[in-house]
Amino acid sequence: MIKPILLWSDVLILVLLWSVAALVWLARENGQMSETLRGPWRQVMRSRVGASTALILAVYVGIGLLDSVHYVERLPDTPGQAAQYGGEVYSALDWVLTPLRENVEKTYSAPFATHLYAKETLQGPVGGEVRDFPRLKYGGAHLADVEREFWPDVLKRGGLGMLAGLLAWFMGYRLTGRSSLSPVPPPGGGGDGGATFALSPTLLFLCLLAGLLVALAPVYHVFGTDKVGQDVLYLSLKSIRTGLLIGSLTTLVMLPFALGLGIAAGYFGGRIDDVIQYLYTTLNSIPGVLLIAAAVLVVQVQIEAHAELFNTAAARSDVRLLALCGILGVTGWTGLARLLRAEALKLRELEFVMAARAFGVSHGRILLRHLLPNVMHLVLITVVLDFSGLVLAEAVLSYVGVGVDPGMISFGNMINGARLELAREPVVWWQLAAAFVFMFVLVLAANLFADQVRDALDPKSSARK
Amino acid sequence: MLDYLIRRVLYAIPILLGVNLLTFALFFMVNTPDDMARIHLGAKHVTAEAITRWKSEHGYDRPLFFNEQAAGVAKAADTLFVEKSLKLFALDFGAADDGRDIAREIKTRMWPSLAIALPTFLIGLLAYISFALLLVFFRGTRLDTAGVVLCVALMSISGLFYVIGGQYLMGKLWHWFPISGYQPGLDAWKFLLMPVLVSVVASIGDSARFYRALFFEEIAKDYVRTARAKGLSELRVLFRHVLGNAMIPILTGVVVVIPRLFMGSLIIESFFGIPGLGSYTIDAIQAQDFAIVRSMVFLGSLLYILGLVLTDLSYTLVDPRVRLE
Repeated sequence: MIKPILLWSDVLILVLLWSVAALVWLARENGQMSETLRGPWRQVMRSRVGASTALILAVYVGIGLLDSVHYVERLPDTPGQAAQYGGEVYSALDWVLTPLRENVEKTYSAPFATHLYAKETLQGPVGGEVRDFPRLKYGGAHLADVEREFWPDVLKRGGLGMLAGLLAWFMGYRLTGRSSLSPVPPPGGGGDGGATFALSPTLLFLCLLAGLLVALAPVYHVFGTDKVGQDVLYLSLKSIRTGLLIGSLTTLVMLPFALGLGIAAGYFGGRIDDVIQYLYTTLNSIPGVLLIAAAVLVVQVQIEAHAELFNTAAARSDVRLLALCGILGVTGWTGLARLLRAEALKLRELEFVMAARAFGVSHGRILLRHLLPNVMHLVLITVVLDFSGLVLAEAVLSYVGVGVDPGMISFGNMINGARLELAREPVVWWQLAAAFVFMFVLVLAANLFADQVRDALDPKSSARK
Repeated sequence: MLDYLIRRVLYAIPILLGVNLLTFALFFMVNTPDDMARIHLGAKHVTAEAITRWKSEHGYDRPLFFNEQAAGVAKAADTLFVEKSLKLFALDFGAADDGRDIAREIKTRMWPSLAIALPTFLIGLLAYISFALLLVFFRGTRLDTAGVVLCVALMSISGLFYVIGGQYLMGKLWHWFPISGYQPGLDAWKFLLMPVLVSVVASIGDSARFYRALFFEEIAKDYVRTARAKGLSELRVLFRHVLGNAMIPILTGVVVVIPRLFMGSLIIESFFGIPGLGSYTIDAIQAQDFAIVRSMVFLGSLLYILGLVLTDLSYTLVDPRVRLE
């Protein structure tokens, strides 16, 4: 029996999803907006880079969302008592990855290893004690004779997995992409036909990779295990949610500040402008990491002081994560606000705003209907560009000691836990490598996607081409 | 000019006051001195007397803004805000929570910081701008595309990777440099070379792309066409005209960080064991020594504002049209 629960971050994710959906719906309903937004969107999705990176990002987001459906397990009933629930919070991703989560070894083991990293005292075959590498409890445990069976087994499983991936790709391709098999995308619209065409190589690669992992991961530790024997692939997949949350929730916090204050400063000018400029110069003058560190230290003390409010470790680290997003948002709005201020300063002198004012339209309405839609492209560009920076920042902040909760699985904590292990002999490289590779792919995809979005939305950069 | 400087200094005061109030609010009102005492005493020794004793030892046993027991001016002067926050304006940093004098630490630690930050800054600037100019020179060719792709890839790699990878390759595998540590005097270069190299490489993707975009904007302007029409070689156009005119946007981003070089870099210094201000700060953060964090925040803001003034001054040097009045 399980009981679904909502962590605070899950609630905010729902809010985020809902607002994205609302935005899309609004853009569809509003004829003018749909034309200005749909064109760039099509341009992004039609470019090979845009479509492939969007697909990779979608996979990451999918994993993150799966990891955001949380539940607790019901403990075995004791008669005469109400139902009890365990303190451990699981997610749907945990459920999918159950074999990975539960195959915990004793300590480090290399990728695809069948033996532990460290020697132990074992019972020899003829009695007596031998110092040797013990077999792993789970990694390659199904092999009777490792020396002889290892490679055939890996090749067989891997091959079958890739074959399944290929099949899945082919099925999906035939089902959805049939109309767009022609190499030239239909000109001027006609659905996302061009996108599907551009997607296929990336999709093929992803399908093959997924097939490979599904076939191999349950019986081997594909990326090895960490210090306490947890599977590194599992840790990497779980880290995705943390990274995505920091990248997106921070934006949710930052946007109201940047939009409200930036546009107001530019539009109203005068005293209001002075105050807002003073605000962001002050915030800007404090070294970024220090301000974040100061705020996180304060939050940390407060969380410790009110420990009774959080009944599970997950809830506590969740609140700390949200606090971090909040802090990053509150300290990070200045750049966008300055951009928006300059833009609003320009826009308010233009004829359409003048006309609106002459007709007696209220300030609020002018801001909402005339200025806001005209700065939306700046906002979108900044949001997408900031995303990758925030994912990277998480790792650095965790290293400084002011990142997410040390108990939370994140790229930063993975790197932090593994960086000293390079000094070992032989080198323990897999945990670092996995964290860096997963982060690199996410950030690279986000960066490339951001470039496409900017090219599509920014009139200046598209005019240059 | 002098008028302008005076005005800028006056404008700096409310900003620094704001910074002061903000940190004061964070460290004294959200987190009371009692909380601080509890952290430093550890969970075992928390008694009411111990907290009071810790507070009086460290000078935290005053009211926040208004002291009713004192007489006259001391009513407002003998308070935490004046003692711990306003004194920073006189660069009186006071003692850290472990009892050591912060000002002395800053004076001794800023040299190692500077020894890393200054070469990093200069070499970096040279490298990024040359790389960007190279890409602009070969614009529209495969080389440019490859360079941009390389930049995007480089900037997608976590900064920690460069540090850890650099230490592993250059320190452990190839034995070029000691992995970490520092030695004052002339021998310092052995310890400085690797951190400088790593930090220059770490931000090459980001910066080179930024400068490339900047030069591109410049190259689309009319004066460049005129220069070419005069028959100038492409190299001459780039170095004399484009670089010269791009100086203003370059300076905007560059000069402002110069004063802050004193504060060093948190990550680089702590990874490479350099006893500079960056590692001082990071140690303070990890030990939750709020007195040091407050001082560093103030120092950072002060240096930033100094950087803004320097930026304005530097405009007058590169652009004869700019006059500060």
